[in-house]
Amino acid sequence: MNGIMLTLTGVCALIAVSVLMFILGYLVWNGGRYLTWTFLTHLPAPVGETGGGMANAIVGSGKLLLIAALTGVPVGFMGGVYLSEFGGKTFPFMVRYTADLLNGVPSIVMGIFAFTVVVLPMGHFSALAGGMALGAMLIPIVVRSTEEFLRAVPLTLREGALALGANKWKTVATVVIPAGFQGIATGILLSLARVAGETAPLLFTSFNNQYWSSGFNQPTASLPYMIYIYAISPYDDWHRQAWAAGFILLALVLAANIGARLILSRGIRVARG
Amino acid sequence: MASTSVVLNSGTRPPSGGRVHAFLARLKRGDEIAHLITLIFAACIFALTAGLVFELWRNSALPRHQFGWHFLVTSVWDPVFDNYGAAPFIYGTIVTSALALFLAMPLGVGAAIFLAELAPKGVSNGLTFVIELLAAVPSVIFGVLGIFILVPIVRTDIEPFLHKTLGFLPLFQGPIYGVGFLAAGLVLTIMVVPFIISISREVLLAVPPEQREAALALGATKWESTWKVVVPYARTGIAGSIFLALARALGETMAVTMVIGNDPKISASLFAPGYSIAAVIANEFTEATGSLYRESLIELGLVLFVVTIIINALARLLVLTTTRRGTAHA
Repeated sequence: MNGIMLTLTGVCALIAVSVLMFILGYLVWNGGRYLTWTFLTHLPAPVGETGGGMANAIVGSGKLLLIAALTGVPVGFMGGVYLSEFGGKTFPFMVRYTADLLNGVPSIVMGIFAFTVVVLPMGHFSALAGGMALGAMLIPIVVRSTEEFLRAVPLTLREGALALGANKWKTVATVVIPAGFQGIATGILLSLARVAGETAPLLFTSFNNQYWSSGFNQPTASLPYMIYIYAISPYDDWHRQAWAAGFILLALVLAANIGARLILSRGIRVARG
Repeated sequence: MASTSVVLNSGTRPPSGGRVHAFLARLKRGDEIAHLITLIFAACIFALTAGLVFELWRNSALPRHQFGWHFLVTSVWDPVFDNYGAAPFIYGTIVTSALALFLAMPLGVGAAIFLAELAPKGVSNGLTFVIELLAAVPSVIFGVLGIFILVPIVRTDIEPFLHKTLGFLPLFQGPIYGVGFLAAGLVLTIMVVPFIISISREVLLAVPPEQREAALALGATKWESTWKVVVPYARTGIAGSIFLALARALGETMAVTMVIGNDPKISASLFAPGYSIAAVIANEFTEATGSLYRESLIELGLVLFVVTIIINALARLLVLTTTRRGTAHA
């Protein structure tokens, strides 16, 4: 009994890990195969023609992330500073809890929200709407990670600054935040990686575009959206491009995640040593 | 951080004089302003949540007045005659999520037990890292893998096999399409397992070692101490992780949209194509021309929002209580 059950739990872990290995392997094999230079530098080909690429979608995703970072990160960061440095007891608990709930809101609902707040008044789809939908999703993640890393800054640093006669806000701005900066930046990177793969909030906010979109006021193509459209299309060539785009998206997201982990683990070791 | 604020406040308080003086002193030095500014940003989170609820409510007024509560139980979805009911979507959402939890629960909790209790620390951390990466894979990629790999396997192997062995159950009868509740449930399983594993593992690690030692000292085997002592001790937190996974599964859009078959029907068979709330919003929102049509979709979004918020709220409380209790004892 002992041995059987223990082995079974090991099998469970093995299944979970092998699924990831399979996904990675398949995407690298299949996506890498179809990845060409044209794919990275050309616009999508018209329906019926083979070839073409997703250059506009790659740039579009970058634009969306830029808007998301500009709208989401300041709110999340300042909120995190409040929770860690200025908060009392009840109100911060409520903020924290609300942030966690907001984090659990289905992404498609965030899309509806951005639609009603940005798209309806403007009367058309735009990169701005999509970016703001992603920005709203960013806020709860950045709040929680910023708070966590600021809390990890040793109390003695704060006391030292105060003992030298610094105000509280000076202490926070010049001692506490710089000390936690590496972690905070990593948290922001992770949150961007998370929203970079979101498709649902973009379906009816930034929509899609077969061409380059200028500025932030037009419908914009994005990688996840193109993957979705190309994967459900009936064309083999589009399927191949969906694999290639999936490969790029996954590579970026996983690179951000692995990079963040490496930075964090090294940071912790330094702090301990 | 309570201790910090005490230290900071006592440091800035003048030796004599009331709270007004202290407040004015802090105001002069900018502390109160910094406090206020960050407070405003923190309050943005409430504003965002309130705005979300308000917009969903305001923009679903038409169907709420026209259909009332019947909206939730009617199974007609007819854009041509402007008649809408949510039942097939609610059914599809519940069936796929339930199936995912049914499969993901034993798998996730089993793996978490292995990682927390049995595996050496290095192996456990390495595997957990890999599993958490699985949680970072974008859902549209699960959808692509679902369409091109899982659905063909489901069509040619899994469904014929289930039909042959368990075909006497209504769950496994009817024509085989590949796409449908079963495929959606399987994709969701893969997607929520990492959440169950990483949170359950954390909760299990928070169980104080004395609990294990006491059980082992009484002559229990490793498995007995794990299953009869450690897991029950952590059960609230494990339940929390399962609720979190449930909320994820209910709200998952892209992967489900791509493999569920998109047919608004209620069928007993898991082989049949169906539809989920998130999938119908994703598919039809940009095509919804009439305002009643669009607002019916928004009301579906409201239903999804309310359900996931309630489940999330419950889950967070469960996880919070166990991890706190665990660390308090340790």
